[in-house]
Amino acid sequence: MPSKIPFRIFVAILFLLGVGSIAQRHYSGEIPWLPGETYSTWMIEAKVEFTAQGDAVNASFATPSTQSNFTVLNQTAASPGYGLSFLDDRAQWTIRNAEGKQDLYYKVNVLTNDIPLDVANKQDVSIHKTTWLPPYDIAAEQLVTSAMEKSADAFSYSRELLKLLSGDNLGQNATLMLQESSKSDLFVALLNEANIPALLVKGLYLEDGRRQQQLQPFVLVFGEDDSRLIDVKLGQVADAHNLLLWEQNGEPTLDLIGGSNSRVSFSIIQQTQPVMQVLKEKANDTDLSNFSIYSLPLEEQALFKGILLIPLGVMIVVLMRILIGLRTSGTFMPVLIAMAFVQTSLATGLIGFTLIVGIGLVIRSYLSRLNLLLVSRISVVIITVIAIICLFSVLSYKIGLTEGLKITFFPMIILSWTIERMSILWEEEGAKEVFVQGGGSLFVAVLVYLTISNELLRYWAFNFLGLQLIIMSIILMLGTYTGYRLLELRRFKDMQGD
Amino acid sequence: MMTFSFLKEFAQPRKLKQQGILGMNQRNNMYISRYNPRKLFPLVDNKLKTKQIAEDANVSTPELIGVVNNQHSVKSVDKLIAGLNGFVIKPAKGSGGKGILVITKVEAGRYYKPSGSECSLDDIERHCSNILAGLFSLGGGIDVAVVEALIVFDDSFEGYSFEGVPDVRVIVFKGIPMMAMMRLSTSMSDGKANLHQGAVGVGINITTGEALNAVQYDAMVTHHPDTQKELALLKVPHWEEVIRLAAQCYDISGLGYLGADVVLDRDHGPMLLELNARPGLAIQIANGMGLLPRLQQIEAANTDNMDLDQRLAYCKQHFS
Repeated sequence: MPSKIPFRIFVAILFLLGVGSIAQRHYSGEIPWLPGETYSTWMIEAKVEFTAQGDAVNASFATPSTQSNFTVLNQTAASPGYGLSFLDDRAQWTIRNAEGKQDLYYKVNVLTNDIPLDVANKQDVSIHKTTWLPPYDIAAEQLVTSAMEKSADAFSYSRELLKLLSGDNLGQNATLMLQESSKSDLFVALLNEANIPALLVKGLYLEDGRRQQQLQPFVLVFGEDDSRLIDVKLGQVADAHNLLLWEQNGEPTLDLIGGSNSRVSFSIIQQTQPVMQVLKEKANDTDLSNFSIYSLPLEEQALFKGILLIPLGVMIVVLMRILIGLRTSGTFMPVLIAMAFVQTSLATGLIGFTLIVGIGLVIRSYLSRLNLLLVSRISVVIITVIAIICLFSVLSYKIGLTEGLKITFFPMIILSWTIERMSILWEEEGAKEVFVQGGGSLFVAVLVYLTISNELLRYWAFNFLGLQLIIMSIILMLGTYTGYRLLELRRFKDMQGD
Repeated sequence: MMTFSFLKEFAQPRKLKQQGILGMNQRNNMYISRYNPRKLFPLVDNKLKTKQIAEDANVSTPELIGVVNNQHSVKSVDKLIAGLNGFVIKPAKGSGGKGILVITKVEAGRYYKPSGSECSLDDIERHCSNILAGLFSLGGGIDVAVVEALIVFDDSFEGYSFEGVPDVRVIVFKGIPMMAMMRLSTSMSDGKANLHQGAVGVGINITTGEALNAVQYDAMVTHHPDTQKELALLKVPHWEEVIRLAAQCYDISGLGYLGADVVLDRDHGPMLLELNARPGLAIQIANGMGLLPRLQQIEAANTDNMDLDQRLAYCKQHFS
């Protein structure tokens, strides 16, 4: 019998390393135990992609400046081989020779201030009247007149104008004009036409973990002595909460010489940083953090926020199987379902899962009579699952339940295999076993969901990597547990002999 | 006083330990992973290979009629089963009784299952292609369908089994048969001999072959639920041969902890049906005793150099 001592030492080392790493993060990294004791900062990463044509490249990229609701803490840019300078709210990359696909990164760290967004009242914004050619001149004039009639001041004019330019029933004039220019450009031009100063700015709504975002157009409308920010896309006054204005001067976001096919996308991540650290950064200290995950590109960081929760979920499954003895269909299926629940919210997820699997089973029972080969049958199930998801999304949207749209977050291949397995189980062992295993899986999935959606645990998983080592040591110890499972105590109840 | 009446539903771990009940974790950790080298699993996980090694060692198994090993030959399965009055089609890598199709009667091109329900040649072909696609196999990998001769069970089991062949499961540890149980199919188990599907398990005295105790779904029963036959009267014939056959399985497979499933054919006597490297724990309930004392007794004894007869003698001497 091999000695257990080296194994126990190994587990103990893992555990102590985990505890040590957590303590180090807390005491010398100043990461507080609880997520509350922090400033919430946002890290936004812009990725500029373009194809260089083999000549000198000069890329000038707009950068955000400090505004009332956000303070810019620091900004960095990464792009090997390029010269870089920051001037007047713009980052400028230059290189003598570049060819092929280029990726330039710009990263900015901003701190949320508890002051509502207050856009400066820029009276020096000049009014540009556009010269339209027929028939656009008449269309523009009619739009201006029609909005003017129903309005009293700059803001009511802009509201009426937006009504004319939005919605499903665009008038002939608006349709004609919108073929020529974008809605936001046209909106600004028509405001100017009515002698109202307006400025096109770009901004981002900050939301944790968003990837591949685009800047959204906003129009700053100046009235007599104040100004308002209009979200052109939504057609209403912008919700300035968590709105970061990226470009405030009406200039293009990216000015590129020597390249084509440019594309700019943004990734956003919320970070909780200790008070001290934020204060340090405010004082222009660029030493970000000694933590390796924070040095990854933001898009990957957002990904890791999810990945680092998986070990927690896996541990729940291990506990349920080794200590309790619950049966689940597929070992780690509950973890995958729980990850989907995180996206969909619990109630929607549970209803969605039950509906899809239920309907899938009905359809699968018909397929089983068709004498199909397994691979094609499971393929048909996958397509059916997709069809069910489409149907539910459309139906729920039509009756006004946007929650139903979240059903698309379910991993479809997993669902299809679940349906296939449950269907076999039904044929082989009857409905009872399907409910036992399906119920067991869902129960464990809900437990995993409750664990990984716990704010404190999420905070710990991402900020204290040592937690992963502790989880690993616990799982290793569970792997050597030879005691009875809870459900075995019930199963063997009559055997206790008293 | 607060009531913890729900606790009565659970046994106390200490008491189970006193009774020597082996739990799933302990089975996996201390017996299967220690005594069953992983590389031997394919031998028992693949019924075709098991049959091969059994035949090489002159251990009798049900007659192999043929193998369907690719989709193309599914269409010629009718040639394999032509002229037979009954047969069994099973996946070579199946587990837990999954995917076993038993045909007990063939009449005018129609096939009947033990329950009397009919199935067509189409159904049989579909079953074969499901097996080939790996629907029932352990890892879901591709598989082959094995066609075997039907077992005509021994007359002494008349009334003990419903629409299915009863088999004897013998747990063999380090080559020594240490506990046995008979598995009797019921209408609930749909003719299958798997306890978790509702078959009755009857604990069998390992030295005499006589019934000890019987359970269905982990609860005690005294009579077969379908035939009402009294289970205490059950006595397995040819018992010496049965446990000899089971003990031989240690030699042919090399597995230290195994479950051998033996059937008794009316004409051919005891035959090895299949081997199991992860036998279940319900046998303890059926026997009304835990596996641990015997496991520990064998572990403590010096049995490594014993031959087959000595191991059988050890079983007789210590477990009567």
